[in-house]
Amino acid sequence: MLHRWLFVLPVALFALLIVGFYVGLEVHSDVLPSALIDKPAPEFSLPPLIKGQPGFSTGDLKGHVSLVNSFASWCAPCRDEVPALVALARSGVPIYGIDYKDTPDAARAWITALGDPYTRIGADSGGVAIDWGMYGVPETFLVDRTGRIRYKHVGPLSEADVARTILPLVARLEQ
Amino acid sequence: MFDEAGHFALILALCVAALQAVVPLIGAARRDAVMTAWARPAALMQFAFVAFAFVALMHAYAVSDFSLANVADNSNSLKPLLYKLTGVWSNHPGSMLLWVFILALFGAAVAIFGRNLPPALRARVLSVQAMIGVGFLVFILLTSNPFLRLSPVPADGAGLNPLLQDRGLAFHPPMLYLGYVGFSIAFCFAIAALIEGRVDPAWARWVRPWTLAAWCALTAGIAGGSWWSYYTLGWGGWWYWDPVENASFMPWLIGTALLHSAIVVEKREALKTWTILLAILTFSLSLIGTFLVRSGILTSVHAFAVDPRRGVFILLLICLYTGGALALFAWRAPQLQGGGLFAPISREGGLLLNNLLLTTAAATVLIGTLYPLFLDVLTGQRVSVGPPFYEMTFVPIMVPLLAAMGVGPMLAWKRADLVAALVRLKWAFVATLAAAVVTLAAEGVRSVYAACGLALAAWLFAATASELAERLHLFGEKPSVVMRRALHMPRAAWGMTLAHAGMAIVLVGITGSNAWSEHKFLTGRPGQSVDIAGYRVAFNSVKTIRGPDWTETRADMRLFDGSREIAALHPFRRFYTSEDGDQTGVAIHTDLLADVYAVIGAPDGKGGYVLRLYYNPLVPWIWLGAAAMALGGLVSLSDRRHRVGAPARRARAAAAAAQVQAAE
Repeated sequence: MLHRWLFVLPVALFALLIVGFYVGLEVHSDVLPSALIDKPAPEFSLPPLIKGQPGFSTGDLKGHVSLVNSFASWCAPCRDEVPALVALARSGVPIYGIDYKDTPDAARAWITALGDPYTRIGADSGGVAIDWGMYGVPETFLVDRTGRIRYKHVGPLSEADVARTILPLVARLEQ
Repeated sequence: MFDEAGHFALILALCVAALQAVVPLIGAARRDAVMTAWARPAALMQFAFVAFAFVALMHAYAVSDFSLANVADNSNSLKPLLYKLTGVWSNHPGSMLLWVFILALFGAAVAIFGRNLPPALRARVLSVQAMIGVGFLVFILLTSNPFLRLSPVPADGAGLNPLLQDRGLAFHPPMLYLGYVGFSIAFCFAIAALIEGRVDPAWARWVRPWTLAAWCALTAGIAGGSWWSYYTLGWGGWWYWDPVENASFMPWLIGTALLHSAIVVEKREALKTWTILLAILTFSLSLIGTFLVRSGILTSVHAFAVDPRRGVFILLLICLYTGGALALFAWRAPQLQGGGLFAPISREGGLLLNNLLLTTAAATVLIGTLYPLFLDVLTGQRVSVGPPFYEMTFVPIMVPLLAAMGVGPMLAWKRADLVAALVRLKWAFVATLAAAVVTLAAEGVRSVYAACGLALAAWLFAATASELAERLHLFGEKPSVVMRRALHMPRAAWGMTLAHAGMAIVLVGITGSNAWSEHKFLTGRPGQSVDIAGYRVAFNSVKTIRGPDWTETRADMRLFDGSREIAALHPFRRFYTSEDGDQTGVAIHTDLLADVYAVIGAPDGKGGYVLRLYYNPLVPWIWLGAAAMALGGLVSLSDRRHRVGAPARRARAAAAAAQVQAAE
């Protein structure tokens, strides 16, 4: 009889898989990126990338318009946006960094070599990025004074993006 | 007008498919010759209607008919014609139409080339295939219709994602779909066999060419996709263990197992139920792959049609097809006549080992792909699984598989002598050792993993060559005799030799690129030079070029080996006016041993540019090897035995099997 049950095993495993898929569809349909726009930033608290400096958590975002940018030293496209971010930081917009799934040494070396636009940098092993609904790195979020996410940019920011989209939005939100 | 005709053709195709799904099946059960004979004309008619719809959509893209929402969203009047046409499958509805088109194409191919199949089997195969067609035609018409009109008609279209404006889009999706959908034929044969309650060598011989054709296309599709991502994304890598890549890789692994287990059914009448299960799983994994990509259930760089409603629909189709097939399997498979037991050390034992390792490998990829999803469902915790997981689980399974691949073809059917086979492989051992020693001597002890990889590749290649040499009596016979043996060797044997040697070549490429790749990321000014891996790259200048709907920044770089200039490199970044986003143009110089790969990034505002330079040794071998594998499949496909059928099922099959055994 055991032999007979062996043939039922594939369909039983398959049923489990389908249940998982179905529930998964439900779970995921509310964390699609657009769902986070105009919602408060998720609650989180990240340890600092560089020892001795403060970490990065939800509270930091209150009280001013800021950008939250995810990056990683292993992420080639992230390099492309560093000049744009540094210029943006120089113009007075605070930028918070989420260093995604990185080795701290590599990330520190990366910042030293390319320039540091960040006010604070939190080191994330993956959980917080998903709470923000990130698909990958780099992604950039614009957060308003009350700590709500108002805009999301996927992929590296170019200087044109900063001039055409980010700066006008910052100016409007600061009013 | 033409658009509406295409829309109607699709609806008519659905009607024909619905009849094709029912009538021949009843005919085969009642032994009614008229109803059974329905299958062929219905399959051809269904294909004609779907092909008409497909051509109508192509036409709409070619003439930039923006009254179709699908064309307006994904094309633009300034595009070159090639990108207008490939734009058809750049988006979800269009690519689903391509999917159904290929499905109907395979159905028509069975109707045309399956003349020697017993009518009842052919009727059942085509009926089951039409059931799949019905599901996906309904899916297209209800949730992803490419023929929906738009009012008012926009003056111009939104354009095609710049990343997709590449020749890669012309071959990668069609090849991949030929593979995915091609496995539906093996699936239909499996279901028909379960309904008939009979699997025999003739069945395996009929299934094999279809599986082989799908496998060749999938091999070419995956390798082509990897190559495309390598030269367009500008990230320097060729495989990322991304969920969507995994989704295409899993059917490939199980499909490879299926190819090999079907040989055992054909030659030894064993592993029957297992082969049926593999045929069901291969196509099911193709469906699950479609679901994972289309539902957005997994986050991925490829996710291009995130719509949970479509996800639920595809999930329903998977439930119907895979669930139905596996339930039928649970009910009918125990009644199939089992084959005899066999000795573990034998050709069939080797093929069984191949199957176990390949399915385990596919299972690890499945676990790695789905684990984040299931953990989320069960605990709400979110993780992602990266390359380290696959390096730890997938690689240890591949090592014994590749080692065994060298020995397997040396083993005789029924009962073999392992020690004798290993003695016959003495030169392969010498080659293995030599590869390891030379690598360690040249590159140092730090290259121990690379030495292992290259040794394994040398083993596989030399063992495959030894087997060929033995078959041809290369050493010991006169050249004319060897030549004659080479000409008379079955093409299936040539195919195996090519495919296995191709795998060895792929392994060299993977090892080389993992062990010795170098990269440099920097901000460079025109006039500067950069040294990488013994080469010097001189960054001369940057200029701006304007095209019809884009402007690009193009760098002029020269590659020097010592003081000798060997190539000009022109990486560029192109900004489109009509679309959001930009396109990275990678400049690659290859001498087939190594690639030098250059990417230009954003300006830093002070006259410098972000530059990324890679040195990727042996990477071209990955694609050369994959091409050899696909070619091996095609050569095997052209084997006479696949073309000559077996009309009188048992008698002819037995005679042919006897002939084959005699020939070996």
